[in-house]
Amino acid sequence: MSRIVIVGAGQAGAQVAFSLRQWGFEGKIALIGDEPSLPYERPPLSKEFLKGELAEERLLLRTSRWYAENSIDVLTTAEVTSIDPECGLVFLEDNGLSFDTLVLATGSRPRPLAVRGAPLLGVHEVRTIADTYTLRQVMRPRARMVVVGAGYIGLEVAAVARSLGLEVTVLEAADRVLARVTGKTVSAFFEAEHRARGVDLRCGAKVSAFDGRDRLEGVRMEDGTVILCDIAVVGIGIVPREELAKACGIACDDGIVVDRDARTSDPRVFAVGDCTRRPLVHYGRSGRLESVHNAIEQGKLAAAAILGRPRPAEDVPWFWSHQYDLKLQIAGLGAGYDQVVVRGDPAERKFATFYLRDGVLLAVDAINCAMEFMASKVLIAGAARPDLAQLADPGVSMKTIIDAQRN
Amino acid sequence: MPKVTFTDHGGSERTVDADCGESVMQAARRNDVPGIDADCGGNCACATCHVYIDDAWLAKVGGRNETEESMLAFAPNVTDHSRLSCQIRLSDELDGLRVTTPESQS
Repeated sequence: MSRIVIVGAGQAGAQVAFSLRQWGFEGKIALIGDEPSLPYERPPLSKEFLKGELAEERLLLRTSRWYAENSIDVLTTAEVTSIDPECGLVFLEDNGLSFDTLVLATGSRPRPLAVRGAPLLGVHEVRTIADTYTLRQVMRPRARMVVVGAGYIGLEVAAVARSLGLEVTVLEAADRVLARVTGKTVSAFFEAEHRARGVDLRCGAKVSAFDGRDRLEGVRMEDGTVILCDIAVVGIGIVPREELAKACGIACDDGIVVDRDARTSDPRVFAVGDCTRRPLVHYGRSGRLESVHNAIEQGKLAAAAILGRPRPAEDVPWFWSHQYDLKLQIAGLGAGYDQVVVRGDPAERKFATFYLRDGVLLAVDAINCAMEFMASKVLIAGAARPDLAQLADPGVSMKTIIDAQRN
Repeated sequence: MPKVTFTDHGGSERTVDADCGESVMQAARRNDVPGIDADCGGNCACATCHVYIDDAWLAKVGGRNETEESMLAFAPNVTDHSRLSCQIRLSDELDGLRVTTPESQS
């Protein structure tokens, strides 16, 4: 009977196991995670779980009973030290496991901020349940927090911190927030929103050190300014965990390189989730996707390929973020756009921003606009060239715009 | 403690004990009920927790909210009975609720 070993028990690794069993695989499955928890979803860690509104058990994707009933060996707090694809072996600190097929779902780690004082007590990151518990404990009203990095994680943490009554400063090295993932209109909107909520938001602000003797006392910037604080949270992106793959000669290029079926350069080894660089079929290039959508989709793609099933649909990439009462939904990848169309009025806190290239819709940022988000997934998948005047006019329904494409 | 009965596409039934205040999606996940993906974890951001409300419960469960309506507008196999299960809060009033899960969430 064949045995599949999955290294990494995050959303992607877990999905491989779920899909394998759902599709009738009867062999052995081992799911190896380096955290103490069963597989859980990470998005709430910087949102409602950080706020204390969600119990830990609510994060779990399945109960322990389910893994037992489905004969999946979940190894928690287990560190894989190396793999040998040739011999079909995975080595842990104290034992080894054999496999016929290996799936790497090693995820990513927070990008470290390489400055003096980074290891000080009081400097936090948000990646795991443990990280969030540690941070939550110190988030008392009126505590002074500095968030380094105005990406999704940083801004979500800032929003939670403000709602809990902390004093919050956000430092972003680029000239605007969310610069890596969105256009200027949306950046400006979120900057205004955070400032209106009392966040001291500074762009073009580069950190040179964390100051303090035994614990953090302040964040020092390149211009010499020091912001006194009790807590710092670093959220400056993630780095794919590709070391295990690299060590056994599997092709990596800022991410483990995989094909559409999540297969690596070694035919016995698949890779899924944050750790991969994958074909982006709607864009004719490859890239890394850091998202739940990607974790689930590649989990299904790998399971299907392992079982010889037809390839499941590859969806347009999608993402979401919650900050205060704002629901941001993103479909597609906007990189390389040459035109922007705004639908609705940012002042009403309900608008969508479309990104196009040569008239083809690439992506949308939808703020409190679920219809525009869902419709855009359809349009982007079809490489649609929507009428720009219609797109900009909230009086023309998204359904009408889609129907016009079909004619 | 409200009970919820889930019927899958093939007709097999599963009844679970839910907590007041949790959503139908959360009750399903906590009890490992298959057929509800809930990719976004209950944020009304993905439309993969789609269920059909049984006739007798339609009025009690109530209508879709605005975001939910939008999310369902482009989901597959939507009927008048369709709801996103992350948007239905359970209470004693919904004790005995019966829903059916679709063949596929995508």
